[in-house]
Amino acid sequence: MIVATRKNVRELKQLLAPYQRIAVLGCGTCVTVCLAGGEREAGMMASALRMASRLDGVEKDIRDLTIERQCDDAFIDEAWKSLDEADAILSLACGAGVQALAHRFPGKPVFPGVDTQFIGILEEQGIWAEKCIACGHCRIGSYGAICPVTRCAKHILNGPCGGSHDGKCEVNPDTDCAWQLIYDRLKAIGEEYRMEEIAPLADWSLSNEGGCRKIIREDQRI
Amino acid sequence: MHHTSEFEPQILAFCCHYCAYAAADLAGTFRAQYPTNVRIIRVPCSGKVDPMHIMQAFEHGADGVLVAGCLEGGCHFLEGNLRAKRRVSLLRQILDEIGIKSDRLRMVNLSSAMGQTFANTVTEFTEQIRELGPSPITNNIPRGKLR
Ligand code: SF4
Ligand code: SF4
Repeated sequence: MIVATRKNVRELKQLLAPYQRIAVLGCGTCVTVCLAGGEREAGMMASALRMASRLDGVEKDIRDLTIERQCDDAFIDEAWKSLDEADAILSLACGAGVQALAHRFPGKPVFPGVDTQFIGILEEQGIWAEKCIACGHCRIGSYGAICPVTRCAKHILNGPCGGSHDGKCEVNPDTDCAWQLIYDRLKAIGEEYRMEEIAPLADWSLSNEGGCRKIIREDQRI
Repeated sequence: MHHTSEFEPQILAFCCHYCAYAAADLAGTFRAQYPTNVRIIRVPCSGKVDPMHIMQAFEHGADGVLVAGCLEGGCHFLEGNLRAKRRVSLLRQILDEIGIKSDRLRMVNLSSAMGQTFANTVTEFTEQIRELGPSPITNNIPRGKLR
């Protein structure tokens, strides 16, 4: 899922200063699961912003609502009327959701209400970790399903580097060395031989380094 | 000074049924004195207090909010009070960001036998809120809108 974190109330109050009627829009998918931008968080943020504005002597009309998925026009339609009535929208979805809204409401200011962090998983209650940077050519089949592009600080495809120490990364001793994890896992699945395979040069133009990506599937077009 | 003595804070206390609520009851039984500013809301566990309830209390003009749960290790539902503690600490941070002094929200831990402690805590918290003065939210709520 996409993992996000909440933004400071002060920052948002400032962003929204020029607007009177504000829709705080939660998203029912990833940001609900990571507890950053779901129905509850939208309610909390709307309440916090109402109070913060009131302390500045301004009474604002700030309402929250939550839709199933903000990165999908079909779901935005459900809330179209309430959103259209607002002077500005504060979206608690990931960056994709925020931009989907901006696209759908060309004349309306839309602001991000969370900081989108990464594609990751819930490791334990309250702890989320990044697992994939969407590089465009998944190669983790060679690495025991552990991603060195994302999880090795040096992104090396032929590791480890010389700094791996007691299973920890030399860049940050609090982080597991991705290559230690790869080795342990390959051993566990009986594929240690893969450690000796040399990965060829990677084509990073397939990743976001090559610019914004778009997928066109003729079979799906109408 | 005159102003302070006139101000009677409105305080909301979310009290766990198994400890703080029973302690409040006990305090009543042996007639311990404590200020009447506190409205008690009984909850099945301090962990049941939704952060949104606390936000709403402040938005509707509460001057202070207490969340009272069992002693650590003594929660009837094992960890409800520890969760409440963490939620309270996040909410205190959010209150600060809003511009409401985080001291207006406090988590306390009690057992059902601590009637006197309950009375003392409430007295002390009420005094602290009295010192802080009325909630800035109440001051800014347009006339007639205070619920
Ligand atoms: S190799 Fe690329 S696509 Fe596969 S997990 Fe790593 S970053 Fe994601
Ligand atoms: S110690 Fe491990 S994770 Fe850290 S940079 Fe070296 S190989 Fe990568």
